[in-house]
Amino acid sequence: MDATKRNDTAAGLERKQIMGLLARATCAELQAGWDGLDAKPEVHPVRGPETGLVMVRGRIGGGGDAFNLGEATVSRATIRLASGEIGHGQMLGNDREKARLAALFDALQQRPEHRPAVEALLDEIAARIDAEDSRRAEETAATRVDFFTMVRGDD
Amino acid sequence: MYVAVKGGEAAIANAHRLLADRRRGERSLPAISIDQIVAQLGLAVDRVMAEASLYDRELAALAVRQARGDMIEAIFILRAYRTTLPRFGMSVPVDTANMKIERRVSATYKDLPGGQLLGPTFDYTHRLLDPSLLEDEPVADPLRREADETSMMRVSDILAGEGLIEGDGQMPADHQPGDLTREPLEFPLDRDLRLQALARGDEGFLLALAYSTQRGYARTHPFVGEVRIGEVEVELDIPELGFAVSLGRIQVTECQMVNQFQGSAKTPPQFTRGYGLVFGQSERKAMAMSLVDRALRAEEFGEDIVAPAQDEEFVISHSDNVQATGFVEHLKLPHYVDFQAELDLVRRMRAEYEARQAGDTSTDLLEAAQ
Repeated sequence: MDATKRNDTAAGLERKQIMGLLARATCAELQAGWDGLDAKPEVHPVRGPETGLVMVRGRIGGGGDAFNLGEATVSRATIRLASGEIGHGQMLGNDREKARLAALFDALQQRPEHRPAVEALLDEIAARIDAEDSRRAEETAATRVDFFTMVRGDD
Repeated sequence: MYVAVKGGEAAIANAHRLLADRRRGERSLPAISIDQIVAQLGLAVDRVMAEASLYDRELAALAVRQARGDMIEAIFILRAYRTTLPRFGMSVPVDTANMKIERRVSATYKDLPGGQLLGPTFDYTHRLLDPSLLEDEPVADPLRREADETSMMRVSDILAGEGLIEGDGQMPADHQPGDLTREPLEFPLDRDLRLQALARGDEGFLLALAYSTQRGYARTHPFVGEVRIGEVEVELDIPELGFAVSLGRIQVTECQMVNQFQGSAKTPPQFTRGYGLVFGQSERKAMAMSLVDRALRAEEFGEDIVAPAQDEEFVISHSDNVQATGFVEHLKLPHYVDFQAELDLVRRMRAEYEARQAGDTSTDLLEAAQ
């Protein structure tokens, strides 16, 4: 999912996009979002949090058939709210607490009363990612080669 | 022959304690942190991730620190750690066409959509030691310029538009990508499995083989169609949800090597290709990989196999530095019994030789006397 291609706000985001943003969140962002919740729901762990591997695949020639490039560490968690909603969190890296928090917010966004708070958090995360992306893109753009043709000086 | 021998426990324990001391070094100096290694020795971290075949900057930095900067030792440690983790699944293949580009250069087209972006490169530096780095002097922030929103079309797609280059690699319809971490290698390999092996192969070994192809040992007439470095999204199918979700982004380096022509009665002459894809920022490795990938396709193109870089079994069997160091370094472990057996053998051979010499000498003397 591309943060720059999403809608202007998190309202109306599909679950796939929400999970993509949660995966890119920092643990501090998620922790702050959780700490800021007025009414904290009761949460039951279902699976994990646990760390394992995902085999990252590439494509031969860039666009051909798949090959196995190498593995990446992935942490994931599944939780259930007392009200029944199941939340999944998964992202690259070793941070199991972050996976648990992401699962929590995935569950919370399914509850209408929590949705606005989750959307506010997602907006924050998306804004940070967009800012980082544009900064990097602009820094890279400054290294673009502007070719010019030398005019021969003989006359 | 291996025989259990007791002893050495205390020496080993003390040696490891000494190693820990030497690793830490002078205590009056601050210890180097994992964050510092990730931030300031990033390309060392990238190499460890690529050759350990495990993308995790923090763990790779930890391995570099633990190994005192010995890259192959760090790779070994990270590989070993990898075996302790369960595998959750296979990602959707990463889409390098949609990369968040940090660097992109082509040696074949000057003006290409998106342009030539040098990024943070060592190229065009004078390779002079910089005394200012002896001190921690402030470093200027990078300049910025408005970014071009043009999508960075792959160079291979530009040539493909004219039909002048072979397509991206296709495997037979029902082919499942091979995985050398799950099944022992059986030669000959399919190209997908070769690419997996090359992606984790030793940079120095692949560089030397790539160089050999340029020097005439399996000439492939290469041009760098494109090298690009940047971040790609990693997506995983979540069965409980029925769709793929993003796990975040990883940085990769991709090289499209364009090589000289092949054609037959059936296919018109066209450029052929070698492909390189490596974790992290590792241009040298991606370029070497693409040259070796192309050289290893010799049989596919009906080329004569005359050089080491074209010999699949030779290249792939020796490209893994963890395997290589394991077998080379095991020679220093106790071989007392093997050696005793050989010593015994050579003594007997020597005795037989001397007896024969003595016999010959007496025969010679006899002949001389006659």
